[in-house]
Amino acid sequence: MLLREVEYAKPGSVAQALELLAANDGARALAGGQTLINVMKARAASPDMLVDLNGLAELRGIELAADGTLTIGAMTTYTELMRSAEAKARPILGEVCATIADVQVRNRGTIGGNVCANDPTNHLPPLMVAVGARMTIAGAAGEREVTAEEFFLGVYMTAVGQGELLTKIAIPAGKKDGFAAVTLGTEGTCICNAAATVNGSVRVALGCVDAVPVLVTADSPDGIAEAVRAAGIEPPSDVHASAEYRLHLAAVLATRAAQEAAAR
Amino acid sequence: MDVSVTVNGTTYARDVEPRKLLIHFLRDDLDLTGSHIGCDTGNCGACSVIVDGVLVKSCMLLAVQADGASIETVEGISENGELTPLQQSFNEHHALQCGYCTPGMLMSATALLRDNASPSDAEIKKALQGNICRCTGYWNIFEAVKAVAK
Repeated sequence: MLLREVEYAKPGSVAQALELLAANDGARALAGGQTLINVMKARAASPDMLVDLNGLAELRGIELAADGTLTIGAMTTYTELMRSAEAKARPILGEVCATIADVQVRNRGTIGGNVCANDPTNHLPPLMVAVGARMTIAGAAGEREVTAEEFFLGVYMTAVGQGELLTKIAIPAGKKDGFAAVTLGTEGTCICNAAATVNGSVRVALGCVDAVPVLVTADSPDGIAEAVRAAGIEPPSDVHASAEYRLHLAAVLATRAAQEAAAR
Repeated sequence: MDVSVTVNGTTYARDVEPRKLLIHFLRDDLDLTGSHIGCDTGNCGACSVIVDGVLVKSCMLLAVQADGASIETVEGISENGELTPLQQSFNEHHALQCGYCTPGMLMSATALLRDNASPSDAEIKKALQGNICRCTGYWNIFEAVKAVAK
């Protein structure tokens, strides 16, 4: 398909990328392109300029600190996360990335692109909330850090403003995590998903049930289904699932994810 | 914009509009029509090519993004006009009916076998997940790949 005419810029540094994004209202950052290029075909997005982040080594890479904190560059691909020895410190990250779409998409798609797109059916927004990720956002005024809960603002909307970039994601140490989803076909688009982490109490973030991940907590996996039902969630209905069925799935998947997390 | 790419060992320099997808560049500008456009929405994998050693769907990459890259397409996998063992195996296992998905299937299987010469059954299936065959020939395709796995 022929895209609408668009300018293309390949900055040599994050600073240069930020300048380009700030100077052009119609500019958008191009990460892996596995969402953006497709929505541009459908004209659901029509940026005037694409600022390609693919050449920026500063945005890639995975570091493991002595306290177990993982710092992941926003342009790190799913495949890189799956293969990284450092990322094994939080095994759920590679495990969930291995269930996103297919090999080709995982080779290009990035962790930063996944969370910045904030499609409510994406895998990583609820996972980032469950594991307590912290996102670093760079702009003209410097860097700021927000929690994953503060990062997701609405459907396709995040705390990253015009002229800003998500540069890295910090994930604290931990192993007791779980993820469960009902998808369209094996490893397809999520109809409902749940990410869980156990650290004393159980923390579950639900995807696909609201514009942003919904965080639910309980003392144990046994209590999480009731907590989901009591959370006042009003999921959307669509061709794949009614609101009622999606709410049922939310309670079931929250329990599965919590049980998986608790069993580790 | 000026774009220079090496495709199957031949270097091409062209002036390309930024909005042009890599698959259109390969097919329309370079006349390399082996890579197919099936869905144009990133689902079917018929446009799969290998860019700098990485398997990608060329309908989700701009041609300008491939500037400086080394690209492998289905036209380039055979050597001296001989079918590769994988291509020969596709032939022997009747792993194609209409053949539309075949270029993408071959590239995905080529990438798999380079990365892992002895894939398990599950690994073969997972490696082909991004390629859709409307003739429902998946089983024969799976067997063709399995036959050349060590």
